[in-house]
Amino acid sequence: MPTIVVEVMPKAELLDPQGKAVAASLARLGKTQFTGVRIGKRFEVTVDGPVDDATLAEIRELAVDMFSNSVIEDVVEITVDGVSADEDLR
Amino acid sequence: MRVGVITFPGSLDDRDAQRAVRLAGATPVALWHGEHDLQGVDAIVLPGGFSYGDYLRAGAIASHAPIMAEVIDAANKGVPVLGICNGFQMLAEARLIPGAHTRNAHQQFIRRDQKLRVENTDTAWTNEYSAGAEIIIPLKNADGRYIADAETIKRVEGEGQVVFRYVDVNPNGSMNDIAGVSNERGNVVGLMPHPEHAVEAGFGPDTALAMSSGTDGLAIFTSAIRALAAV
Repeated sequence: MPTIVVEVMPKAELLDPQGKAVAASLARLGKTQFTGVRIGKRFEVTVDGPVDDATLAEIRELAVDMFSNSVIEDVVEITVDGVSADEDLR
Repeated sequence: MRVGVITFPGSLDDRDAQRAVRLAGATPVALWHGEHDLQGVDAIVLPGGFSYGDYLRAGAIASHAPIMAEVIDAANKGVPVLGICNGFQMLAEARLIPGAHTRNAHQQFIRRDQKLRVENTDTAWTNEYSAGAEIIIPLKNADGRYIADAETIKRVEGEGQVVFRYVDVNPNGSMNDIAGVSNERGNVVGLMPHPEHAVEAGFGPDTALAMSSGTDGLAIFTSAIRALAAV
């Protein structure tokens, strides 16, 4: 069964408290070469049947309308079995 | 006057909201997320809690629940809709009000009796307050940080859509100390603190007068009754 992967990140200009907490932890461990951490989400969607244009169109719509909230997040990548299906995501 | 309170899986304060509606003088109607039926109610409350575990984003999955199609339709027709805490997050996710919520800036869950200023008394849910009134109602959330882009903030501030503002303490890092927002028409209002927990003396926040005697939240519910009576 094919797998579609959708990756969502908090918008670059936004405070990412989760990432900040991890970055602070790295600093406490003395790993000062790592200066920033941002945490996003990865959705792995399994599909029953082949992934055609209609499936991709539906996933792109879901990625924007449900998997992410455009006020605070960006869809940064969509791949099908490892192959990029990006098309004007931003 | 019949006010519907929608229960989602993970709603916590639906019964409290029903009680507030009753104490305000209206008839509470229990509605269910999985149905497409508002049972002809005159106003709608989306209660607090952690709908669907707040997985994905707070309020996000609930904003796609079956009954939300009818809620969005009713809101666009002018039916008063109030979103409290998780309900506020649902309204934002459903794009019924501008902006969004993220994790509190300090990363902690917070619960406190919170002072607010009522910034707009022309909405369906605030017309019983006097302009600039300061009220104290409980606040309890993890994802309460209200944010929007600079243009949206400018617009909601300019159009009077900021309905409540945090006073003294900004408990979660919300932009411009914004605690509650309305849609352009003023029939849809969302706020992070919980007015339904401050509607009956003996069960509300402490006041200078007596313990647990605060009832500052009741006027939110009586406002809707007044707005409906005026139609």
